[in-house]
Amino acid sequence: MKTLRAVKCGESTKVVKLHGTGPIRRRIMDMGITKGVDVIVRKVAPLGDPIEITVLGYELSIRKADAELIEVF
Amino acid sequence: MNLKIALVGNPNCGKTTMFNALTGSSQYVGNWPGVTVEKKSGKLKGHSDVEIIDLPGIYSLSPYTLEEVVSRNYLLNEKPDVMINIVDSSNIERNLYLTTQLLETGIPMILALNMTDIVKKRGDIINIKALSKRLGCEVMETSAVKSEGCAELAEKAIALGKSRQKPKPLLIFSNDITETLSKIESIIKAKSTTEHPDFYAIKLFERDEKAIEQLKLSDTVMAEITALTASCEEAMDDDSESIITHERYQTISRIVSDTIKKKASTGMTTSDKIDRVVTNRFLALPIFAGIMFLMYFVSVTTVGAWVTDWTNDVLFGEIIPPAVEGLLISWGTAEWLNSLILDGIIGGVGAVLGFVPQMFVLFLFLAILEDCGYMARVAFIMDRVFRKFGLSGKSFIPLLIGTGCSVPGIMASRTIENERDRKMTIMTTSFIPCSAKLPVIALIAGALFPGSVWVAPSAYFIGVAAIIVSGIILKKTRGFSGDPAPFIMELPAYHVPGAKGVLIHMWERGKSFIKKAGTVIFVASITIWFLSSFNFGLEMVDTNDSILASLGMIIAPVFIPLGFGTWEATVATITGLIAKETVVSTFGVLFGFAEVAEDGAELWPQLQMAFTQMAAFSFLVFNLLCAPCFAAIGAIHREMGSAKWTLIAVGYQTAFAYTIALIIYQLGVFFTGGGFGIGTVAALMMIAVLLYLLFRKPVSQTKAGQKQLTPVKEI
Repeated sequence: MKTLRAVKCGESTKVVKLHGTGPIRRRIMDMGITKGVDVIVRKVAPLGDPIEITVLGYELSIRKADAELIEVF
Repeated sequence: MNLKIALVGNPNCGKTTMFNALTGSSQYVGNWPGVTVEKKSGKLKGHSDVEIIDLPGIYSLSPYTLEEVVSRNYLLNEKPDVMINIVDSSNIERNLYLTTQLLETGIPMILALNMTDIVKKRGDIINIKALSKRLGCEVMETSAVKSEGCAELAEKAIALGKSRQKPKPLLIFSNDITETLSKIESIIKAKSTTEHPDFYAIKLFERDEKAIEQLKLSDTVMAEITALTASCEEAMDDDSESIITHERYQTISRIVSDTIKKKASTGMTTSDKIDRVVTNRFLALPIFAGIMFLMYFVSVTTVGAWVTDWTNDVLFGEIIPPAVEGLLISWGTAEWLNSLILDGIIGGVGAVLGFVPQMFVLFLFLAILEDCGYMARVAFIMDRVFRKFGLSGKSFIPLLIGTGCSVPGIMASRTIENERDRKMTIMTTSFIPCSAKLPVIALIAGALFPGSVWVAPSAYFIGVAAIIVSGIILKKTRGFSGDPAPFIMELPAYHVPGAKGVLIHMWERGKSFIKKAGTVIFVASITIWFLSSFNFGLEMVDTNDSILASLGMIIAPVFIPLGFGTWEATVATITGLIAKETVVSTFGVLFGFAEVAEDGAELWPQLQMAFTQMAAFSFLVFNLLCAPCFAAIGAIHREMGSAKWTLIAVGYQTAFAYTIALIIYQLGVFFTGGGFGIGTVAALMMIAVLLYLLFRKPVSQTKAGQKQLTPVKEI
């Protein structure tokens, strides 16, 4: 299983499935990261975490630990 | 007829600007009952019978964050007459997600399409008529920044509120789900009296615990609904929450592709270009340090300090007191009254008002940083460091400002969205030695550690250590337990902040401090003045013979384990509550000096007799960490929005200070050959307790999960 965490900077990918439970998972979905959505990984924060991604045309920052809940192609 | 209009929308959609444009200056800022979420309301300009309520910025009506629960309860229970849903059209897909949920509440709604200028600049064309038809509610173009379309929007909202025309239900879900939802809806209609059966049908399908709680359906009915949900989940091979969210976004993407002509993307926007530099791997930290330095330099050391010094030394030193004194003498008022007004009121409140100009300069900076979008980047850059001890990346700013003055530092915590992180930051900000504590450090260092270079830096080191230790300890307690707050944060596009918005922002914060903190400080200053000017016979006496001195003698034994159980030290600590630098002048008064230098050089010989080195250091540590001055307590009260949490904060700080000072003093005595005694045992026990609190397991996860789901009740 490949997760968003493993996607390199500048690469684009598609969301397959969301893992995890409760508030974090719901928040990820509420922000528009749902099945089939295109995600581009933009950059990593200067201290190595979190990462910045583009989804639905806007920028979102997400911790690497939470990015592991997002399964991608 | 009174009309209530609620403003609802995502964060960063221009909602606050819209609220300012609609209400002008008639605003009331408070807290939602029982929570530290800010509530803003005001009267519509030119309509004293129309009330506008600015709901917190939210992305969804899910039950997981306080802001969402507050907004949802307001919409369902308080029943506003109309909602204005403000949508950032440059980010329309995610904004419409909330819209689809709002439509289900059945409250009459107008959609305000904000920031269309950005869309036009991009070359996209929005077919407003088609969008309005698809959504089944009126859609209007507005520009809150330029106040365009706001008046028409308000007029339409009033008309809609009077006609009470409900929005048409939006067809979002695929056939199978619609069928299941309507089955659940008919069960709800039969078994409950709720006015929003369609809204609750979806919520029960999502297994939304808040909704389940509110409807109070019997177990058999719930089992029936759960069975319907489960069979649907099995058919779709996904859980109900995901199904609903996914279908909402699918519907939105269909609507958007039918009504908006997007020009092919032309690569990087200006915002992207700025961000490429500002959050660049190598440049981000230097730029961040530069901006922070500039903010600190201007608001704390230069402009802010000039104005504050002028207010303290000239306005409340040379201008007002002599003038008032002259006036009072010419009236021939009683001596005690003169003292009350001059020393009690003007002295106490003046000391606090002196900070106000500095705070306004700082709030101006914060407002600009927030409005232009940089604040989100601060969290992005600093998150890694701060989340380790339970704080947010944005906590950096309150702590930095706190080195100048805790009051604006505590108020700067307003920019932290997550309630837990915010409370934790409020509680720990005053551990950092502020500029008013510097004279105390100078006094102790100068008197008992002459020539030593480590005392002053150690004060900062202890402050930072206290924050880290407290962060870890508090994170594991019940009040702060639970899953770590999801850090899934929007990084809004950069834009030039509007002057009006920034100024209103600055004024709001400054005003609320003057008002709320002012009352606490006023009463507290008068109390301390009274205690230090009178004896029990209610005669005016010197501080040496006052009630405060007697109280000092009673309380003093409490500080014996800390090494400074003298009444002088106790009284100095108490008067430090007015302002920390007062500790120095109190020693001056108690030792019989009329005037002392800032570092109290005249007092050094006396202090050397009164304190041992260990006791003095313990005294310093206690005064650095214990309850801050009244101004800061006032700010804590303002930000916590509850007396209970203010007491918890101040109580924790004082208990923590006592523990650390005791450990330092007792172990210091032991290691310098003072022998092993009860004190040493107590110190070792306290170290054991601290270590336990630091390394124990957090409060159990199930409890934490429940807390997450019922945040309003818990607070």
